[in-house]
Amino acid sequence: MDPSRKRAIRLTVALTAALLLASALVYTSFAAGRDELTASQLLARARPGQTYILAGTVLDGSVHWDGNVLMFRVRDPKLDVSVPVRYTGVVPDPFAPGRGVLVDVREGGPSGFIGEANTLTTKCPSKYQAASGSY
Amino acid sequence: MATAGRLLLILALIGAVYGLCASLYGARSGAREWVDSGRRAMYSVALIAVVAFVILDVAFITSDFSYDIVASGSSTTTPLAYRAAAVWSTQQGSLLLWVMLMSLWASLALFVTRRRVREIVPYAQATMFAFTIFFAGLCVLFANPFATNDAHLTEGAGLDPLLRHVTMLMHPPMVYSGYTLLLVPFSFGVGALLANRVGAEWLQVTRRFALAAWLCLGIGIMLGARWSYTELGWGGYWAWDPVENAALMPWLCATAFIHSMMIQEKRGMLKVWNASLVLATGCLAIVGTFLVRSGILSSIHAFVSDPTLNVSFVSLISVMVIGSIALVVFRRDSLRTEARLDSLLSREAVFLFQNLVLVALAAVIFWITFFPLISEAITGTEVSVGPPAFRPFVVPLALIVVLLSGIGPIIAWRRVTAARLRRNFAFPVAVGTTTLVVLAVATDATAHLLAWVMFGCAAFAIATVGQELARGTRARAAMTGAAAPVALLGLVRRNRRRYGGYIVHLGFALAMIGVAASTSFQHQRYAFLRPGQSAQVDGYTVRYVRPTVSATAQRLSFGAVLDVTRGGRHVTTMQTSYGLYPAQDPMHPIGRFFNGSQESEVALDSGPLRDIWAVIHPNVTPLQGLIARGDQLVSRLLLQVSSLPASQQPAELNLAYALRDQLIRVLAQRFVTHPWASQFLFEVSPLVMWLWVGAIVAALGGLIALPPLRPVRRRAGAARRLASAVDAQDLAAGGKAPQPAGLVSPERELV
Amino acid sequence: MAGYLLVLAVVGFAVYIVSAPLRSARARRRTAPDGLLESVAELEAARDAKYLEITDAELDLRTGKLSPDDHRSLDRALRAEAIEILHRLDAARARAAADER
Repeated sequence: MDPSRKRAIRLTVALTAALLLASALVYTSFAAGRDELTASQLLARARPGQTYILAGTVLDGSVHWDGNVLMFRVRDPKLDVSVPVRYTGVVPDPFAPGRGVLVDVREGGPSGFIGEANTLTTKCPSKYQAASGSY
Repeated sequence: MATAGRLLLILALIGAVYGLCASLYGARSGAREWVDSGRRAMYSVALIAVVAFVILDVAFITSDFSYDIVASGSSTTTPLAYRAAAVWSTQQGSLLLWVMLMSLWASLALFVTRRRVREIVPYAQATMFAFTIFFAGLCVLFANPFATNDAHLTEGAGLDPLLRHVTMLMHPPMVYSGYTLLLVPFSFGVGALLANRVGAEWLQVTRRFALAAWLCLGIGIMLGARWSYTELGWGGYWAWDPVENAALMPWLCATAFIHSMMIQEKRGMLKVWNASLVLATGCLAIVGTFLVRSGILSSIHAFVSDPTLNVSFVSLISVMVIGSIALVVFRRDSLRTEARLDSLLSREAVFLFQNLVLVALAAVIFWITFFPLISEAITGTEVSVGPPAFRPFVVPLALIVVLLSGIGPIIAWRRVTAARLRRNFAFPVAVGTTTLVVLAVATDATAHLLAWVMFGCAAFAIATVGQELARGTRARAAMTGAAAPVALLGLVRRNRRRYGGYIVHLGFALAMIGVAASTSFQHQRYAFLRPGQSAQVDGYTVRYVRPTVSATAQRLSFGAVLDVTRGGRHVTTMQTSYGLYPAQDPMHPIGRFFNGSQESEVALDSGPLRDIWAVIHPNVTPLQGLIARGDQLVSRLLLQVSSLPASQQPAELNLAYALRDQLIRVLAQRFVTHPWASQFLFEVSPLVMWLWVGAIVAALGGLIALPPLRPVRRRAGAARRLASAVDAQDLAAGGKAPQPAGLVSPERELV
Repeated sequence: MAGYLLVLAVVGFAVYIVSAPLRSARARRRTAPDGLLESVAELEAARDAKYLEITDAELDLRTGKLSPDDHRSLDRALRAEAIEILHRLDAARARAAADER
């Protein structure tokens, strides 16, 4: 076979494979993705039976244990709104009031939201801080 | 000394600016003395950065809390090694570390190339100065590590307990070394394109730095994984966290580049690919640095967001990406390939395919990692896809990479016949197939098909490495008459690049066995246990024997002794604990010891076939009532002491604190005397040890491949003898004449 | 005071070494243009890479990846390429030497 034709075939095969991979990636991402919601967004959009990813900061003074259930409130980063969460499962070591968290939740009636077991992740409490500007 | 440190930083910035200007002036005017002066400016910047870093580190070691970052990141109770390492746990200190490492590696690269690639070096030098200016500028303008306070503090906030782990001593320096070393081939790539010298020489001079970058970044990634497994208390070593991915992406591209550069060196092919790949890898290194400190993506690792730095980094990344694309497009004529792929049955084809797969892996990880930002840009809502999104793509691609790592070593350059291929593939294919059959018959490996296939591919790859080592050793032993072990050592020593690479492949295959087994066949169990109670996990019985507690002024620890049996036979006894570090909360003098930072001490029984892993998560709710009463009591006491005459206060304060400490010990001791149910996480992970063993083997292979080749002059002479031995008429006749007699054989040079 | 002395020492040292090439008489000795030297260097790199190919092919023969026939034809081709590079290298060196004179 003519070498240039061989090259054209190889290039076509490679581009087709790349296109298929990219399409699968894009489709899977949009199909399988779930919205990360703040506390205010969750209060506005939550429907019974659906699971959402709640993102926010643990409200100071809101953390306590009820037996084996961890109770805490997650604060909205921009608005003065927080939602209560009842969570069972592994609590990451960095978890503490004032730390950023992500947790899968569903509506739990009057008591607030129920955290799905073992879905709680916490931002690392590094000492990286914004520059103070004083030298 | 803080002022001296700040002055040195400013001088480093000035020196870098001078170096940039001198390099560019020397490049444009052809005046070599200005290029040399610029090179020496880099040496000076490195010296200045080292001195500044030492000043800062001494401040940490001596607990000089007049420095803001020492006060916020260390304490007198932090152990010495961690005090010394705490400098890079801070934003400012880590940026200074970046400047120091960048200037050191750049100095080394410029020293090594001071008499080579003379048209490329000035531009490469200028590029490296540009990076130095950027990071030094951040330190000088936005993140001053030498900022001080007048608070006369006698104690600092302390290092986060999660970072008090031996792997964290070296993880950041290794990762930063990887990133900064990747900028060396990036800079030389830019230099080659600007100078229009895009042959193989710029690859030759930067190959070692690319390999060193790959090695450092790989070690850094594995140290982070080990920290996650043994410190974070969730039982895993990889969470597809954005910060983890940020280091993995450039590492994958660097792996591809190390292979594809060989093709350009040997065949003059893939010039556009190599130029694009090295530029993309450098961009990803900066993206990785940016991700960690930007906070733009939700991550358990991502740190506090600083908008000032974010804008700076985004600007730099934009310039790098746009500039890289422009350079490659501008030089596309010069980057035209000199040769074509002879055959798909060749090592070039295998390397090319492997490159495509590795880059595809990096692209997949990039897309999924940044998908929350992409989706927010498109739909207005941040959408998370989570770790499960990676699996359908990463696992098949990883399978192909492992398979290719076995095929590459046993296939020759340029072209190989089908018959020769069958001969070379017979043993490894037999080993791989036998492995699959044995696992299918004797175990439940087929319950996870992809893991089962991975075991087969890894066995194939290991068999090819074994076959190559065996054949090479036999050949050398036959030539030299040496015993097999001596012949093997000689073989590796004389062909470090090749056999170092094979050892890396061996390590990678071992690591993938560990990953496949531990992710697919892991058993996890949560349990609430009181002392004496047991839980079952994967055929093991874990009994909570007794609680333990320790209480000091720096740390409370609640733990458990666990006894593990299987089939009635004792397997191991383990101890796990949960540490609490006091928070800074004067309103709760007792409570702050129970509500501060936490960290787990994992119980780990590691073996070649399985790891047994356990953590305890006690909660202190049963103590809350007593803690509250203790807070009231001690607070009242401290109030009374404060009303005493000043001369009496120190003694009374000491008594009050002694009472406080006694109360804390008594409260903590209740965990032992009146134990309550605690939450445990138990895990049995098969073959996970091979991940760490494989990583060590791969690192060893990288080190073997790293040292420079033998002096090129000797090879040059041999090449001339080789080449001149071919009769000119033989060439003119189209190579039909028989091989001339007296041809100098390179055997003794080779094997 | 110690800090300022340290800074002065470092600055002094830096200025000294950075300015050395600019002060050095050796920098003014005429050398062949970098372009010619670069061609020589590129050809030397190509020569070294070609030698590595020849030795790799020999190793492939000894470890069974290439048959004797395959190796013979490959070796012949590589040596021919090596000769061409050596000829070009000799010419480049001659040009560089002539230009220096």
